[in-house]
Amino acid sequence: MADGSLSTEVPRAGAPVSAPPAFRRGPVAWVRANLFSTPANAAVTVLLLALLAYILPPTLNWLFFDAVWGRQPAAACDAVRGQGACWAVVWEKFRFMMFGVYPFDQQWRGGLVIAILCGLLVVSALKAFWRPALAGIWLVGIVVTFWLMGGGFGLQPVRTEQWGGLPVTLILAIFGIGFAFPLGILLALGRRSSLPIIRSVSVTYIAVVRGVPLITVLFMASVMFALLLPEGMRIDQLLRAQVAIILFVAAYLAEAVRGGLQAVPKGQYEAAEALGLPYWKMMAFVILPQALRISIPPIVNSFISLFKDTSLVVIIAIYDFAYAVKKSVETDISWKKYFIEAFLFSILVYWIFCYAMSKYSQWLEKDLARGHHR
Amino acid sequence: MSAAPQSTASRAAEGRPAIEIRGLNKWFGEFHVLKNIDLTVGRGERIVVCGPSGSGKSTLIRCINRLEQHQKGDIVVNGIALTDDLKNIDTIRSDVGMVFQHFNLFPHLTVLDNCTLAPIWVKKQSKAQAEATALKFLERVRIIEQAPKYPGQLSGGQQQRVAIARALCMNPSIMLFDEPTSALDPEMVKEVLDTMIDLAREGMTMLCVTHEMGFARAVADRVIFMDRGEIVEQNTPEAFFSNPQNDRSKQFLSQILDR
Repeated sequence: MADGSLSTEVPRAGAPVSAPPAFRRGPVAWVRANLFSTPANAAVTVLLLALLAYILPPTLNWLFFDAVWGRQPAAACDAVRGQGACWAVVWEKFRFMMFGVYPFDQQWRGGLVIAILCGLLVVSALKAFWRPALAGIWLVGIVVTFWLMGGGFGLQPVRTEQWGGLPVTLILAIFGIGFAFPLGILLALGRRSSLPIIRSVSVTYIAVVRGVPLITVLFMASVMFALLLPEGMRIDQLLRAQVAIILFVAAYLAEAVRGGLQAVPKGQYEAAEALGLPYWKMMAFVILPQALRISIPPIVNSFISLFKDTSLVVIIAIYDFAYAVKKSVETDISWKKYFIEAFLFSILVYWIFCYAMSKYSQWLEKDLARGHHR
Repeated sequence: MSAAPQSTASRAAEGRPAIEIRGLNKWFGEFHVLKNIDLTVGRGERIVVCGPSGSGKSTLIRCINRLEQHQKGDIVVNGIALTDDLKNIDTIRSDVGMVFQHFNLFPHLTVLDNCTLAPIWVKKQSKAQAEATALKFLERVRIIEQAPKYPGQLSGGQQQRVAIARALCMNPSIMLFDEPTSALDPEMVKEVLDTMIDLAREGMTMLCVTHEMGFARAVADRVIFMDRGEIVEQNTPEAFFSNPQNDRSKQFLSQILDR
C-alpha cells in the first residue's frame, strides 16, 4: 500500500486496506479466545491443566516408560510391580489370547481366518464392491473360513469346542453383521409392507426380539433349543449362537432402517412408481440407497454393539477372544496378577475394531452426502 | 425433434382414445373427492385442468397412473383397463409419463442416471442405448451440460426440465403434469413452460393441471374446470376465458386473472 500502487483503489484515507490486527490471529489469540475468554473459563482451564499435570505423568510412566515390553520372564515384571505395566504378559500369552485352546501347531489357520475376515470387512466397506458379486465373495469367505477352522479336505479336523480366541469373536461378529444386515432390511420393508400378514409378522418379530436381552436369546438357543430337537439330532453350539446373534441384531437393524425409510419423502416413491419401477427395483435403486444413507449412524451403532456383545457367548461355553484373554492369565499362577494388563490389551483390540467402524461410518456419511445437497 | 417411435402399448390401441374415464368416483375416507367424472382424451389432445385448490384436479390425474386408487368407475388408458392387475398397472405406468410439482428427482443419482434408471430396469434397454436416449432428451430440454451433476446442484427450473426429460426417456404416449410450475421461482416458470409448449407442438398427448393461463391459451385444445370434485365446465381456451358459462368458473377466473 505504501508504494502507492493501490492509491486509485483506496480513494479515502478512512478506508485503508489492511490485514486484521495481529492479536486476533495465531496461537496466542486462539488460547485467549478459547481458554481464557472469561474468568470462569480461565479457572476451569487452570483446574483441568493442574489435574492433567497430576494424572498424566504417572499414567504415562506406568503405561509406557516404566513398563516391561517384549518377551520377558514374570520376574522382570515383579521387579517393577506398581510402577510399570507388565506388557510382557501379552507376549507370553499372545497365542492363547488369540486362539484359545485351538491346537497349537494349527494356529496358523486361525491367523489366516483373522486375515480373511478383516479382508471381508474391508472389501464390503469399499463402494466399488457394492454389487451383487459381493454376495459371492462372502460365500467364498464363509466356506474358506469354516474349512480352515474346522479342517477336513486335507486339513486336520478341529471340533468347534476347541475353537477360541479372536477368530471366534470375528466369526460371530462379522458373519453376524453380514447376515443380520440384509435380514434387518427385509424386516424393515416387511414392517412397512401393505400386505397385512407380512406386516404383522414383522412387527411381532421386532417387538418380541427387542423386548428380551441377548443373553436370554443365547441361553434359549443353547439350552431350550436342544430340548426341542428330536433325540440324537445335534446342531453345533457355535452355529446356534451365530444364528441367535443374527436374529437378535436383525430386529434392531430393522428399526434403524425403518427410520431411514420413513425419512425418504413420499414423492420419491411416487416418482419411482410413476416411471413403472416394480416394488423391488424401486426399493433397490431409489428408496434404499437414500434410506440406508440416512440410517448409517444407527446401523453402525448396532454393528458396534454386536461386535462387543459377542463376548456374551461365554455363558453358553463358547470361548471367544475376551474369554481367552481372561483364561490365559487366570490359569497361570505366575502371570495371574497381571490380569489388568491382559484386559487392557483386549480392550485395545476391541477398541481398534469399533473405532475403525465408527471412523468408517463418518467417512461414508460424508462421502455419500457429496453431490446431493444444495 | 423427430417424432419418437410409437410405443408398443399405443400401437396396440390405435384408433382408441388415449384416455377414457367413465363414472369415476373416489373418496378420501369420508371425503368425496371425485364425483362421477367422465372424460375422454383423444390421441394428441392437449388438455389443461384448472380449478381452485381442493377441487380434485391433482387427484384426477394421479388416478390415471394409479398413484391414487379409485373406488368406482372405469379408467382405460390406451385400451388397457386400470384394475388391480399389477401387470396392467405397470404397463400403463411405463406408457404414461408424469411430472410433479416438486420434481421428485432422485437426489442420490446424477441427472443422467435419473434419466436412464427406468429405461434400463423397466424397458430392459442396454446402458449405452439408455444413455443415448437420455442425452437426446436432455438436449431437447436444453440441459445436456448438466448431465453429470446431481439434482441438488441445479436450480428449480433446471430440475423440472430434467424431470420432463426423465419422463420422456420412457418414450411415453401420454404425459401428465401435476402443477409443474407451482413450486418454481417466477423467473424459472418460463423455461419450463417453453419446454412444455415444445412438447405440445410435437403432438404429445398431454394432461396438465396448471394455473398458467398463458400456457392454456397457447397450446390447449380444451380447458377443463373442476370444482368440488366435479367437472363444472369444459371448452376451448378462447371460449372458456372470454365467455365462461358457469358462475364458479367466472368467479375462479376473476380471481386468478386479477392477480
